[in-house]
Amino acid sequence: MKYAPLNLGRWILWSGAALVFLIAPHLFSGGFALTMLTQMGTLILFALSYNMLLGQGGMLSFGHAVYSGLGAYVTVHVLNLMGKGSFYLPVPLLPLVGGLAGLFFGVLFGYVTTKRAGTTFALISLGIGEMVFACVRMFPGFFGGEAGVSTNRVVGQPFLGLTFGPAIQVYYLVAVWCFLGMAAMFALTQTPLGRMANAVRDNPERAEFVGYNTQHVRFLQLVLSSFFAGVSGALSCINFEIVSEENVSAIRSGGVLLATFIGGVPFFFGPVLGAIVFVFFVVALSGFTKAWLLYLGLFFVLMVVYAPGGIASLILMQFPVIRAGRWRELLVPYALAALAGLVVLAGLIGLVEMVYRLSEQGASTVLTVLGVSFDARSAPPWIVLGAVLAAGLAALRAAMRLVGERWGTIQLDLQAKAAP
Amino acid sequence: MEFFLVQSLNGISYGLLLFMLSSGLTLVFSLMGVLNFAHASFYMLGAYLAFQVSTKIGFWPALVVAPLLVGAIGMLVERWGLRKVHKHGHVAELLFTFGLAYLIEEAVHLIWGRAALDYRVPAELDGPLFQIMGPQYPIYRGFMMLVSVAMLVSIWLALTRTRIGLVIQAALSHPQTVEALGHNVPRVFMLVFGGGAALAGLAGVIGGNAFVTDPGMAASVGPIIFVIVVVGGMGSLAGAFIASLLIGCMQTFAVSLDWSLAGVSIAQAAPMLPYLLMVLLLIFRPKGLMGTREG
Repeated sequence: MKYAPLNLGRWILWSGAALVFLIAPHLFSGGFALTMLTQMGTLILFALSYNMLLGQGGMLSFGHAVYSGLGAYVTVHVLNLMGKGSFYLPVPLLPLVGGLAGLFFGVLFGYVTTKRAGTTFALISLGIGEMVFACVRMFPGFFGGEAGVSTNRVVGQPFLGLTFGPAIQVYYLVAVWCFLGMAAMFALTQTPLGRMANAVRDNPERAEFVGYNTQHVRFLQLVLSSFFAGVSGALSCINFEIVSEENVSAIRSGGVLLATFIGGVPFFFGPVLGAIVFVFFVVALSGFTKAWLLYLGLFFVLMVVYAPGGIASLILMQFPVIRAGRWRELLVPYALAALAGLVVLAGLIGLVEMVYRLSEQGASTVLTVLGVSFDARSAPPWIVLGAVLAAGLAALRAAMRLVGERWGTIQLDLQAKAAP
Repeated sequence: MEFFLVQSLNGISYGLLLFMLSSGLTLVFSLMGVLNFAHASFYMLGAYLAFQVSTKIGFWPALVVAPLLVGAIGMLVERWGLRKVHKHGHVAELLFTFGLAYLIEEAVHLIWGRAALDYRVPAELDGPLFQIMGPQYPIYRGFMMLVSVAMLVSIWLALTRTRIGLVIQAALSHPQTVEALGHNVPRVFMLVFGGGAALAGLAGVIGGNAFVTDPGMAASVGPIIFVIVVVGGMGSLAGAFIASLLIGCMQTFAVSLDWSLAGVSIAQAAPMLPYLLMVLLLIFRPKGLMGTREG
């Protein structure tokens, strides 16, 4: 037994997270904010379970929605049986049902998918996802066809006075499960299995020489991950009171991949950030523009090219600089880059919205921005916005070069100080 | 009997179309180690560009112009996107092409809208080719087969008989040596990626009007060609060929048979058959039909 000092930072971080869960609905009041927060909690759990594969096990899956979706389907049927009075189960324990269902399908499909690693694993997971999606249409008895299966979450006796009718009660149910899931998944990263998953990710050959069966490690990791995916599926079922084919679709699988990657795959808390940003994109931005998926895709591609560690890595990179007290030198370059980025964004959004107005039948081609109206069918706005975009890109390039230079000198100084 | 003949011909023409897609994917994969997730999106772009070009200057020029345009887009993607991600490893490359597939689909939504396009078979190819005791066989199906076979033969000739083909083949197995001999391997990569995209584009030109041209066409064909690549064995052209024909025929026969099993007819089960085949194959022969690579 080795001596482990009390990790104060970790305790503060986790208590802080619990506090945020507790007070978030009071900071952002209103039905819309509450819906968003509940969805964020569900997606945080889903994205963390996804990162057990991609981040910790090195398995790029294109079909993770299978486990959350099937977990949700089983939950919805259990909930409906409870509604008929077949048996009694407290609603707060339903996510456990979803989790066990996810676990079951994880054992079933994981046996096939984890036979291979790397690119082949990615393709097989995609194939399994498509297979399950095709099944939804084939067996309308269980899956409810295109309409899906709907339910009512207010069933049986209230549990400790909670009916789970009001949205705020559902939020706290999601929050509690999300927090428990986060803690459990973090604990798993500290176990021998979690460490072996990292080893299998980084160097499967050496892991095999040490005496571990890499396929077995991948399988266990996937099964545990599908448990948490199932829990999140059950939570979304309780929240929306409907489960449809969209829950197991490639869109859902792709969404969790995007959320996880944008947040930051190499860090445990990365997917948490990613889930928050993603829900914001989906719920908030989709109200403003039909092109939100294009913006999300563009954001994702830019992250892949320029920041493969996601938002989490961008934040963590700043800490050594702040600790050394050198952050003031970066303020001006950062401000310039942000300004240039805004110009690029303005040009890009303008062009995209004009293209959209031109292509959609019956949409007005006249756009009004800041009191200025222009017609997308005339040439001048195209020229102006194109010029804005080009100028913004040139400015961004120059600003990023400045950031790079300053960043480089600071890093060199820090390294020189670290190794005298 | 005539049913069997016509369905076989339909299955083979569909299988050849699938092979045009999977061959480009396989070539790019074995050369660069990159699985191009956006491959089916290039197929879609081919169909859309062909529609756009054919409304202006007709189908025959579009048959040449659209694949070239798609190939050029592919080269740009390789040069300014994929090459930048290369240093982050294969997962990053796969993710990049995954994001690209999103972008292409959304761009198609924005430019051409969400409804299916009225991209039709040209009048001179519309009509029956021959009649076998009842059912007619359309000319266009024959034309599709002709184009596919011509394309595949010319690729085979280009890969085995020309200088650049030999360089590509050498770069498949020994990129460092080829580079040491003074060949520009990154440029070879760019050409192969563009070539693969152009092949997918050509498949789009002849497949878009035979089947359907809508923004969902990439998402419906994409998973099938990935399954073909897995079933055939990653990186094996011969395997991809066998798997394409197998799945092409299987799909065609399944939708036209009215046998049923446990209340589910074969036609209903058709969409999931390729995936079922993949699962079975992985259980009994994990490296695929002709695969050599493990892992």
